[in-house]
Amino acid sequence: MIKPQLTPPNVRPNSRWNSITTSRHFVYVLIAPLFLILLAYVIYPFFQTFLQSIKQDGSFSLQNYSRFFSLEHTSNLEALWTSVYISVLSVITCGIVGVGMAFLLERYEFPGRKLLSVLALVPMALPPLIGVLSFEFLYGSSGIIPRGLQHLLHLEQPPFVLKGIWGVLVVHTFTMYTYFYMTASSAIKGLDPSLEEAAANLGASRLTIWRRVILPMLTPAIVAASLLVFMISMASYTAPLIFGIERTMTMQIYLSRTNGDLDMAATQSTLLSMVSILFLILMRWYQGARNYQNMSKGVSVHRTEVKSKAGRNIAMVLSFLGVLVLMLPILIIVLLAFSEDGTWTTQVLPPSYTLDHFKDLFTDSKTWRPIANSFKISIAATIGNLLFGVAAAYAIVRMNFKGKTLLDILIMLPWALPGTVVAVNLISAFSEPNVFSFGQVLIGSFWILPLAYFVRHLPLIFRSTSSTLMQTDRSVEEAARNLGASWWYTFRRVVFPMALSGILAGTLLALVEGIGEFVASILLYTNETTPISVEIFQRMYAFEFGTACAYGVLQIVMIILVLFISRKLTGGNTGSAI
Amino acid sequence: MIGVTLDRVSKQFDKARGVENVDIQIKPGEFFTFLGPSGCGKTTTLRMIAGFYYPSDGRILFGDRNVTNMPPNKRNTGMVFQNYALFPHMTVFENIAFGLQVRKQGKAEIREKVTRAQKLVHLDGYGERRIDQLSGGQQQRVALARALVIEPNILLLDEPLSNLDAKLREETRQEIKRLQLELGITTIYVTHDQSEAMSMSDRIMVMKEGVVQQIGTPQEIYNRPVNRFVASFIGESNLWEGTVERMDGETAQVRLTPDLLLTGLAANASPECKLAVGQKVTLSVRPEAISEADPSERGKANTFAVKVLLSEFTGVSMNYIAEAGPISVKAMFVGQGQRMRQRDEEALFTVARDSIYFLG
Repeated sequence: MIKPQLTPPNVRPNSRWNSITTSRHFVYVLIAPLFLILLAYVIYPFFQTFLQSIKQDGSFSLQNYSRFFSLEHTSNLEALWTSVYISVLSVITCGIVGVGMAFLLERYEFPGRKLLSVLALVPMALPPLIGVLSFEFLYGSSGIIPRGLQHLLHLEQPPFVLKGIWGVLVVHTFTMYTYFYMTASSAIKGLDPSLEEAAANLGASRLTIWRRVILPMLTPAIVAASLLVFMISMASYTAPLIFGIERTMTMQIYLSRTNGDLDMAATQSTLLSMVSILFLILMRWYQGARNYQNMSKGVSVHRTEVKSKAGRNIAMVLSFLGVLVLMLPILIIVLLAFSEDGTWTTQVLPPSYTLDHFKDLFTDSKTWRPIANSFKISIAATIGNLLFGVAAAYAIVRMNFKGKTLLDILIMLPWALPGTVVAVNLISAFSEPNVFSFGQVLIGSFWILPLAYFVRHLPLIFRSTSSTLMQTDRSVEEAARNLGASWWYTFRRVVFPMALSGILAGTLLALVEGIGEFVASILLYTNETTPISVEIFQRMYAFEFGTACAYGVLQIVMIILVLFISRKLTGGNTGSAI
Repeated sequence: MIGVTLDRVSKQFDKARGVENVDIQIKPGEFFTFLGPSGCGKTTTLRMIAGFYYPSDGRILFGDRNVTNMPPNKRNTGMVFQNYALFPHMTVFENIAFGLQVRKQGKAEIREKVTRAQKLVHLDGYGERRIDQLSGGQQQRVALARALVIEPNILLLDEPLSNLDAKLREETRQEIKRLQLELGITTIYVTHDQSEAMSMSDRIMVMKEGVVQQIGTPQEIYNRPVNRFVASFIGESNLWEGTVERMDGETAQVRLTPDLLLTGLAANASPECKLAVGQKVTLSVRPEAISEADPSERGKANTFAVKVLLSEFTGVSMNYIAEAGPISVKAMFVGQGQRMRQRDEEALFTVARDSIYFLG
């Protein structure tokens, strides 16, 4: 038997570090830098934009707002209206597609179900700009499908063409239904089957069970997803840009900025932010209000097998179509990446193919430059996100301090802000030297881009880390302390390793999001710092589809790689990171 | 009141073991318990009665009616689930009223019945509470009220007490028994807790790995277990192996060790046990059937010396684990007023002839 040791090992009772870390105010030492960063790069730029919107020639004035709401030049009001109704329609279409798919895939067993449920998340693998471009290539006015059908059926005109608001809506549905799909399918998985059995036992028919038990239990998930999709649709910039809808809020901001009307851009940004923040608050309030998911052991959900012959055939055809629709955008980008620049004009498919674009990507210094830029910017921003995100997640999950809710809200704020707004805010704040930019003008320099990416992706690592931290038991840390480990030792040897999978998943995601970033970059880049997505956009306008798509393939490959790795890391629970 | 018949019911699953050939007749108004360790098929059997599984073979009858393939919502059984399965998006009142609303009863009637059901389980005034505002015991009673309010033909209880703490379990157990007696409803109860089963049931069915071991009243199962499994699963028991040495009219003598010969009554043998000279048998002796003998009785029949390994005082009883040579002896003395024996002490134990039971 081991004799009890009376002196605790290796503890220096008078160590100054120890006395600091055990102080009750130590927590404020830890969180002060977090608040400072948020103040400098989120609140201050936001406030500067607001100031700019209510100032005219140095004095307070609401003139910008009266211009915005003026009934003589209604372009701004129209833009607001268009943004709102596109968003409402997007919520409806995404809801129908997403919830429908979730039910089909979670509740029924049919040929092709497995493949379809893997591919259902493909839209997440598309970088924003490439996603929209693929739709333009496939279904747009010179798209492959309309032209192909025209050719095949010998028609005068293409039978249909995706353009305008319909184009925006279809792209929104394709890229955003995943939010509904993911929340609804995890809610369906979380439904305790014994509830349905209890209802059946009490005499309820299949229909009554749906109406009275299943749908009410899914309502929270559906409402949360609706708010999210609304918010993202309001912030959507790429789809209106490619489909030429100028009268949306984001496009108006972009136009005001490029026309040099910075006051108006500030006003439009402020108003759009208000709407987004309102929805963020609504969402958080609603998430706190109700949660019906219960964890209970017992029988797992049974999938109803589609048994009838006709049913199976229909299911097979529909799954095939589903797979096709989901895969086509990626396939078309890959195909075009091999087409020779400038040769594809009126043919259905590009006539000649080459491998040169991929070779050039890595060998030609001109085409390599944007890739190097994107990596540099993204890595710099991600390092910042990593330090900030892990510290903030630990503080929020494990510590008690005043201002916790405030910190939480401030971190989520950049997520609610449209990328366009983030860019405008940074322009307002860092066009002149100030304390937070260490006396430099950041606009026009390299560093404004990492800063923008940092702000935009602030919540990513924070969220993935805090969700893994929440799953680990606090008593493990207490056990480490009890065994004589200091706070820092515990953090290093216990907390960090336990949260590592979440940290890594979030870091990879932030990195790859940075490489796909377009919306803020287009307002902030210079010729020296052009990132990949902006380069793709420019190549498109130069009709160099091949090169543009080769960049796109690179982005897609990186995203798929990251999604795959983080699925492995978090044990299939990618939802936590996204 | 209605009886339930399971007519040679079997259930096979793809991979997991189901149940084999369950053949029982539950009488109207009876409190019938399925007892066994987890995975023994008791819940599967109950779920077939509720209609969540359909038997692969055999028939289920409610009274004279064949319900083998009837969907669960047509059976009019009230079930209390292990995790209660209360609807989290409804209040207590709405939960209890659910079954009545499905049955399209009038508003006033529903209100009256729900109120009565709430009184029955001592939850009057809790109608507007949300489910997550209730304690575990209260949730349990809501589940019970929800099952009873529809006036079911049969009440099905799937380990309803397993999520409650010890004291609450005791109270709720008596509460369920009281309600069952008052309402006279045919009740099928599933549990792995033998003391629960013993105290509540009219009859018990003991199951193991999908096979029925024994069906009988608590006394029969306790005093005349058919095999080693039942003897050890129901209460504590000493199971000693030995060889029959002599059959002498009504008694049988069994040698356990060269020094230890026990005599029991031949009538106290399970049907699976054939008593014959030279036959290997297992003896089941309940700990409370062992008592301490006076030193003067040393050498008499069924009296043997032991060495105490462990002694504990529980208030009600003194429990010993001792050894007689290679044999381990569990003994429990209730209210015998002796001095507590300590570890390594010698003691003299005796077993009454009629409390030895022969197993196969």
